[in-house]
Amino acid sequence: MINLSLVFPEIFLSLSIMFLLILGVFKKNSSKLIQNTSLIVLLITAAITFNETLLIQQTYLFNNSVIIDYFSSFMKIVTLIASFLVLSISYNYIKIFKISKIEYPILILSSVLGMMVMISSNDLIVFYMGLELQSLALYVLASFNRDQLKSSEAGLKYFVLSALSSGLLLYGCSLIYGFAGSTNFDIIATQLNSSEYALTFGIVFILVGLAFKISAVPFHMWAPDVYEGSPTSVTLFFAIVPKIAALTVFIRFLYIPFLNLIDQWQMILVFISIASMLLGAIAAIGQTNLKRLIAYSSISHVGYALAGLATGSNDGIQSSVIYITIYILMNLGLFSCLLMLKRNDEYYEEIGDLSGLSKNHPLLSLSLLIILFSLAGIPPLAGFFAKFYIFKSVVEQSMYFLAIVGLLSTVVAAFYYLRIIKIMYFDKEKEKFDTDHSLWLRFSLIFSTLLILIYFIFPSQLIEVISRINII
Amino acid sequence: MNFPILSSLILLPSVGALFLLFIKSDKEKSITVRYVALFTSLVNFFLSIYLWILFDQSTSDFQFVEDRIWIKNLINYKVGVDGISILFIILTTFITPLCIISINNSIKNRLREFLIAVLIMESFMIGVFCSLDLFVFYLFFEAGLIPMFLIIGIWGGVRRVYSAFKFFLFTLLGSVLMLIAIISIYWISGTTDVLKLYELGIDVKYQNLLWLAFFSSFAVKTPMWPVHTWLPDAHVEAPTAGSVLLAAILLKMAGYGFIRFSLGLFPAASEIFTPLIYTLSVIAIIFTSFIALMQEDMKKLIAYSSVAHMGFVTLGIFTIQQQGIEGGIIQMISHGLVSAALFLCVGVVYDRMHSRLIDTYGGIVSIIPKYSVLFMLFTLAALGLPGTSGFVGEFLILMGAFKDNFLVAVIASIGVIIGAAYMLWLYKRVVFGKLINSELKKMVDLDKSEFFILSCLAIPILVIGFYPDILINTIEVSIGDLIKVYNMNIMNK
Repeated sequence: MINLSLVFPEIFLSLSIMFLLILGVFKKNSSKLIQNTSLIVLLITAAITFNETLLIQQTYLFNNSVIIDYFSSFMKIVTLIASFLVLSISYNYIKIFKISKIEYPILILSSVLGMMVMISSNDLIVFYMGLELQSLALYVLASFNRDQLKSSEAGLKYFVLSALSSGLLLYGCSLIYGFAGSTNFDIIATQLNSSEYALTFGIVFILVGLAFKISAVPFHMWAPDVYEGSPTSVTLFFAIVPKIAALTVFIRFLYIPFLNLIDQWQMILVFISIASMLLGAIAAIGQTNLKRLIAYSSISHVGYALAGLATGSNDGIQSSVIYITIYILMNLGLFSCLLMLKRNDEYYEEIGDLSGLSKNHPLLSLSLLIILFSLAGIPPLAGFFAKFYIFKSVVEQSMYFLAIVGLLSTVVAAFYYLRIIKIMYFDKEKEKFDTDHSLWLRFSLIFSTLLILIYFIFPSQLIEVISRINII
Repeated sequence: MNFPILSSLILLPSVGALFLLFIKSDKEKSITVRYVALFTSLVNFFLSIYLWILFDQSTSDFQFVEDRIWIKNLINYKVGVDGISILFIILTTFITPLCIISINNSIKNRLREFLIAVLIMESFMIGVFCSLDLFVFYLFFEAGLIPMFLIIGIWGGVRRVYSAFKFFLFTLLGSVLMLIAIISIYWISGTTDVLKLYELGIDVKYQNLLWLAFFSSFAVKTPMWPVHTWLPDAHVEAPTAGSVLLAAILLKMAGYGFIRFSLGLFPAASEIFTPLIYTLSVIAIIFTSFIALMQEDMKKLIAYSSVAHMGFVTLGIFTIQQQGIEGGIIQMISHGLVSAALFLCVGVVYDRMHSRLIDTYGGIVSIIPKYSVLFMLFTLAALGLPGTSGFVGEFLILMGAFKDNFLVAVIASIGVIIGAAYMLWLYKRVVFGKLINSELKKMVDLDKSEFFILSCLAIPILVIGFYPDILINTIEVSIGDLIKVYNMNIMNK
């Protein structure tokens, strides 16, 4: 008998989505109600996940196609909390842009559901199902501000490129299936051997598909355009939440079915990682739009997270998970600042708009300063520790080249973070921005900044939580 | 005694800075803010003096050691002082209050933020000098970049943005290689605890690369030729208090790092790379002295002279002679005091005339006599006149150098002469000569606080000059043991 309580979070979430959909259709002007209910639903789902599944032993469900273990539960909780914060801080934004329709929170919820399925998948089919569910919701979200040309363009671009990558991914899956005779990760792991060239093709196709989803170089082209074109509230979601799920799947793919073929994929991953770090750092220098800049910076950060994965060790996986957790925190703070750059119901997203921010809004610019130095990886802020763990695991595997390139690209990346700081602190001030921010926005900014700032006092806590993740 | 005196020294300025963030102050003069900052830094100064009194000079062991688990199974927060580091801590706590007093009129806007940056800077610098774990050291070493970047960038001169970026990126580039080296050391030896590493030693086959990685960071920070170019830019554009901090304390981190880590951890590699250091030091001494001779900007001149003086320091350290290293340390302390004083002197006339160009001045001796006297004292200290601290340092360094390598010592001695040339010429052009610029007549002599600061700096310069034992007693044993261990390691190899 299958223990359904383990997938209760997913069941609860899907039932809530359907309920909210019906509610939204029948009740007029219910967007605010649905927004608030969705927030509660996300919290409850996180609580259920925490309660039911966090502490149990590794369990397989539905013919071994779904895996529930500490890792999946942890990542689900991170996803849920991140989407909760994302949804809560973006409410003012979607209200001002008049896109606060009932579909908005529901689409986010369905995307989250897709991610949860992805995180728990132990089977190619289940994985693909989750991936498509989250992607389809994201296509619509990207073009949610449909009256704006850029938003529609972003949605279309994302859709076309993402469909292409999904196609590649499916092709890879079918190749793998052809050789292993099964879609189950564990069975694939036992059936594969490295002598087949076509198998390598399969792995490469799957890696390409996944690299696209987390916008790693050379499959990053969509990210700047989509980040820039989408409404900021959606960009925020793009920058934070899908990365968690995609990274989890990345880890599972590499370390469960393909662990024996590490020679085949390690070089690819090292290349992707180095390319992302360097390109993200160099291309961001010329940007003038903050959202585009964040897109490139997130490409570069994904490169660091992948560097941890390329090591092929448990330490590496843990360092990647730590990295992505801290990355989420920093980006949350960064976007909170971005959402505060509002003057008379108009949002500003050019770097030049930050000019002299420190004169008019000392606290906001101080938080942004801390967040940016942390993103640049300067001690004693949290971002430094994230990078430190990555490089520690990389050096442990004697991958010095990767470590040196990674650290040198932090120097390049420091340049554009410093440029923003320069504009905030050294340049002439402009008009003041509004200060009537919602409570959630203030909370998330203060929360993330403080955590980044005092992380160095309690660095062991996060490690302790994450050190229980054992994949290999 | 269980009172965590070193941690208090590190934390106190930060607490003061936090306090500054929250106190209310009148916008016009912000007296309260200034007094709070001054009070914090003075308390810290007296605490460090107390530390010096408690310090046992007869042993080279680390004292006041605190060891706490910080990141489980990975890194311990470990601090402690020996004879070498305690002097740098006192230098830091001594210079900071003077800096805070000195910003009377020079900083007009955002005084509170400036004081916060200075205090946080002090915390990090003390942390650098007393950390006994490589990782903790790196953390403080790097973290110092943030306040300094802001100090140069926000309160600096016209080209401040360029200078701030250059300063930040140069030093960051140097340090990231050190981070890799630290991680590698952890991987090789299983610990980053400096004391354990002293005992275990590091395998000779790794030493060269590790030494170079540390060197890349320290060379930029020292700064050694040819990576010194950030220093004149940073100095020229930084506000006076920023220049003082930079010259007096920041540059000393690298010299300290050379002694503590390059010599202590990688003796075999240090032996191999000594010729490299000698060459770069000698080039720095001669080359930058000539450059200093040509400068028209006073601050730039002093900045280049700093490079030359730091060249003496690295030369002294790598002689691996008792006198050489002692001289290196005394030269660092002396340079900390003298360059701070010289920058303050430039700051004094800059505040009045808003020009740093030597041409602007000339013949001011009759207008501001008090200033001229003190300025002369510091000029003479900078060129190493006997009776000032500069002499003791240079003399000991050259003595050590003569023991080790005659040629290098001879060339370095020529540097002393050029040093005298540019300093005296600077003094002549600024203070003596005909009074051409009639604007200068309006200048007023030192006010009370300026006089106080400069005398505060003059006293230790003279004391060390006449009675260097006050420093040598403290460092002697530690250096002796350092050299003993060093030679033992070389023998074993």
